[in-house]
Parts: sequence; structure tokens; C-alpha cells
Amino acid sequence: MINKYNVFDINKIRSNFPVLSTKVYGRQLVYFDNGATTQKPESVIKALTEAYSTYYSNIHRGVHALSDISSEKYEAARERIRSFINASSKEEIVFTAGTTASINLVAFSFGERYISSGDEVLLSTLEHHANIVPWQMMCERRNARLRVIPVNDDGTLCLDELDHLINERTKIVAVTQVSNALGVMVPVRKIIEKAHNNNIPVLVDGAQGIQHGKVDVRELDCEFYVFSGHKVYGPTGIGVLYGKREWLESMPPYQGGGDMVDRVTFKGTTYNKLPFKFEAGTANFVGAIGLAAALDYIESIGMENIVRQESELTNYAGERFEETGGVRIFGNIKEKISIMSFLIDKVHPYDAGMILDKMGIAVRTGAHCAQPIMTRFGIDGTIRASMCFYNTKEEVDMLVEGIDKVKTMML
Amino acid sequence: MSQNDTGIHQVQDEIIDEFSLFDNWMDRYDHLIEEGKELPAMDEKFKKNEYLVEGCQSRVWLYPESSDGKIYFKADSDAIIVRGIIALLVKVLSGRTPDEIIDSDLYFIEKTGLSQNLSPTRSNGLLAMLKQMKLYAIAYKAKEKS
Repeated sequence: MINKYNVFDINKIRSNFPVLSTKVYGRQLVYFDNGATTQKPESVIKALTEAYSTYYSNIHRGVHALSDISSEKYEAARERIRSFINASSKEEIVFTAGTTASINLVAFSFGERYISSGDEVLLSTLEHHANIVPWQMMCERRNARLRVIPVNDDGTLCLDELDHLINERTKIVAVTQVSNALGVMVPVRKIIEKAHNNNIPVLVDGAQGIQHGKVDVRELDCEFYVFSGHKVYGPTGIGVLYGKREWLESMPPYQGGGDMVDRVTFKGTTYNKLPFKFEAGTANFVGAIGLAAALDYIESIGMENIVRQESELTNYAGERFEETGGVRIFGNIKEKISIMSFLIDKVHPYDAGMILDKMGIAVRTGAHCAQPIMTRFGIDGTIRASMCFYNTKEEVDMLVEGIDKVKTMML
Repeated sequence: MSQNDTGIHQVQDEIIDEFSLFDNWMDRYDHLIEEGKELPAMDEKFKKNEYLVEGCQSRVWLYPESSDGKIYFKADSDAIIVRGIIALLVKVLSGRTPDEIIDSDLYFIEKTGLSQNLSPTRSNGLLAMLKQMKLYAIAYKAKEKS
């Protein structure tokens, strides 16, 4: 897909994603809702079909041939994820249902072991509800409280505040790598350093980070890194929790059930070793296999090519937005991923979304499951066009045409 | 507060006729925007949480009043296309008796292609508003009987 000049063959890439040729209301689909979920390449669809049609069988418990194949493929997928994020060992990769499930797991198990009355959990104003509510629920149970890193007018975090917010009661810092609502990148490395200076572990929500740049968890040095398969071109219902071994070892299990146990009696149960301790019940092993195929696909294109293509699209969209005018962009800074979060002057985002939809352009409108950052800006919501490497400048042009159409209709 | 003398079916048929003139969505939306603009603005005093119906994409307020055994609705939204659809619902259901509202078959929604906008998967407040209109009618009827 990348020719010898290292240039994208965009048509070839687009042909890998069957959904991209779909028509909506008789128009060619322009899919700009990649922040919500990404489309799947044929290789992922094929991996899922192959699993269900040639070797499907439950893992880790069969005496038979197919169960062996399924188990091997599942564990190979775990290794694939390990190498993709450069974790030290496979035991540090726990499969979950997604980012939300991963954060709930950590909030519960970490909370049980390490949080007591009066303790604090530090988050940021940029967080998705999935990185707020599980902590809030845990804080209610443990009588602890949330502290929040504020946001500047340009959508960046007020890092100066960190020194005041981190104190001896802070037990964990949980921050997003990239804001899902604005697309701004958070300097997580700096936050991790500051937290580590105070011996505080850090969870990084990589739901919007993993698909837009190389992630090396050892270089980041975070204690936990979580992401969803479906936002990184993999299937829905599969996600990852990376955790440093010593932390995962020390935390109690989250859910009980099959596969996570060592020995069960009615007097008590001993638990399986990592990572199975945190994988109760039949795992979504087909999802994991599909996710591994998605990561293979990404590597076949090259993350550096993805980053280049996406940053070109973002710059182009920025120029076109400025040209057309009457648009207010939120989080309009250089350090951002390919998300345009904006409002059209005097137009409700939902009206704009409805009109764009009928033009075949899929965007998301509203608060993007991140109400605190909307409140910070004193708005109810924005229009979010989230692009990725299979999008084109022509599609950006169509979006701008759509914005102009909305402006004319709303006059 | 004008009494709705036109039958519930007749109003719906008129709306369907109007919509049949449009062969594309932009014209339909243009029309809804006009309807939205024509809907009298709701007094700010009614735009409070008490009268807010659920919906997270856009906000919809609904205020019922009753006189002579009929229910009259005032409604508003912060999104103009939603406001246009509200205007249609008010045209059809405001100034009716509780029984008329409870028993109403709102076939115009399907026939005008607006059902997508009133589907439970769209949290724009419109479906909740429609439910709320019927609930007010049921409550009013119960109150009348007691």
C-alpha cells in the first residue's frame, strides 16, 4: 500500500475498507466519526470469519484439537498486542471488553487495595465519562475524593496546577492521552514524571491515542495503559488493559468466574496467575484475534505514514475552516490529532449534524461523553469531525461545502 | 390560545400534502426551519428544568395548559430543525381533548419521512416530548374524573 517513494496509495487503502464505498441517501459516504469508532479493513473481517468458520472452539479448557488452535491464536493475539505497545511481558496484557471495562477494572481493584477514606484520585477536565464515573463510584465506596486538573482556554491542561494538586493523599493519577472531545494531546509523559516524583502510579486512557501514534508503554513508564479495539480498526467488544506486573499482581481480582481461578472450594478460592486472574468467564477470544489482525494491518501501512497523512489532513482542514470563516474551533492547537471540534456561528450543533448527515457526511454532535470540558467552555456541545488516514482532502472539501450549506440554510 | 377546529386527521393530511412537494431532504429541512421560525417563542419563564423533557442532543421544553376540557401545548427547542418538528406536533395535538391526544394515530410522522427523527435511538428529545404530551393527556383525564 506504500509505494517505493513512501507515498500513500489512498485509493488502495480505501479499497481495503468495504464500508467506505457505502452510499447514504444516494450520496457517497464521508465518514468523519472515527473518534467514535473506526471502520474495519478486510483483513480484520477475514480474521473474524476465519475464526468462526474454521477453528472456533472455547479456549483454555478443551482437550481437543480446535480448542488448542483457538487457545494458541488467542495467546498469539496477546503477544501481538504486547509487541505493539512494547510491554515487557504477555502477562501484563489483560483482555477486557474495551476502555470502559479496563478503567472499571482498575478503579475497582486498585481502589479495593490502595484507596482508603480521605484519599484522592487525580483526573483532568478533559476526561471522557469513562475515565470519570468509575473513579467517582469507587470514591463513593471508599469515601475518597476526586481532584481535577483544570484546562486553559486553548484546551491544554494547566500543568502548573499539578504541583498544588498532587499531595500525600493522592493515590493515583488517571489522565487521557488525547481528548476525545477536542483532539488535543495531553503531555502525559510530563504528568507521569511529576506523579512518579511523588511515587504515585498513573493510568493513561489511550482510547484516542493508540490509533494516532506510536505507543511504547515502557518509554511512557505509566503503570496502566488502556484502549479499545474498535477505535483502532479492530472489532467491537474487545479492549486491553496493560498494567505493570507488580501492580497487577498486588491488586485483587475484579470479577469472579471461570478461567480466573486456580482452585475452587466452598471454603474459598485461589486465583489463577496473570493475566488470567483478571479474565473471568469465556474471553472474547475472537475479538482478540481480530484486534491482532488490525494491529498487523496498521503495521503494514506504518504508523509514521498514518501520522503524516493524518497531520496533513488536520492542517488542511484548519486552513479550509479558516478560509470559510464563521466557525469556532475548540482545542485549536498544534499538538492535536485529526479531530476538528467546532461550532458554526449561531447554529445549534444538532441542526448542523442533521443537515450534514443528509449530505452523506457522518459527524458526531453533542458533548461527546465529556460534559465537564463542554461546561468548561460554557457550551452544550460541538460538532466533531474526527478524521483518520483513510480520509481525503476531497472529503474535507465536502465537509466545508456542508458547513457552507448549513450557514446558508440557517440564515 | 386558539381552539383547534380542524380535525386531527385533516391537520396531518395537510402536513403530508405540504411535504409531498419536496423531493429532497434539504427542501424538507428548509421547510422545517421555516416552521420552526414561525412557532411562537416560548416565554423564558417556562424554559426551566421542570418543563425540560429528556434528550441529550438538543433541549426540548414542553408546557401544557388546559381550558374548556382541552389541552394546549407551548413548546420550544434550542435546535431550529427540532423546533420545526415541534411546531408540527403542536399543530396536530394542541387544543385537543385528552381522549383525542391519547388515541391519536400520528401517521404523518411516517408519511413525511420524519420517523428517523422520532426514533428512540435519536436522543433529541422529540420522542420524549411526544410521550410527555400523551402523559399530560392521561394525567388530565384522570384529574377530570376524580
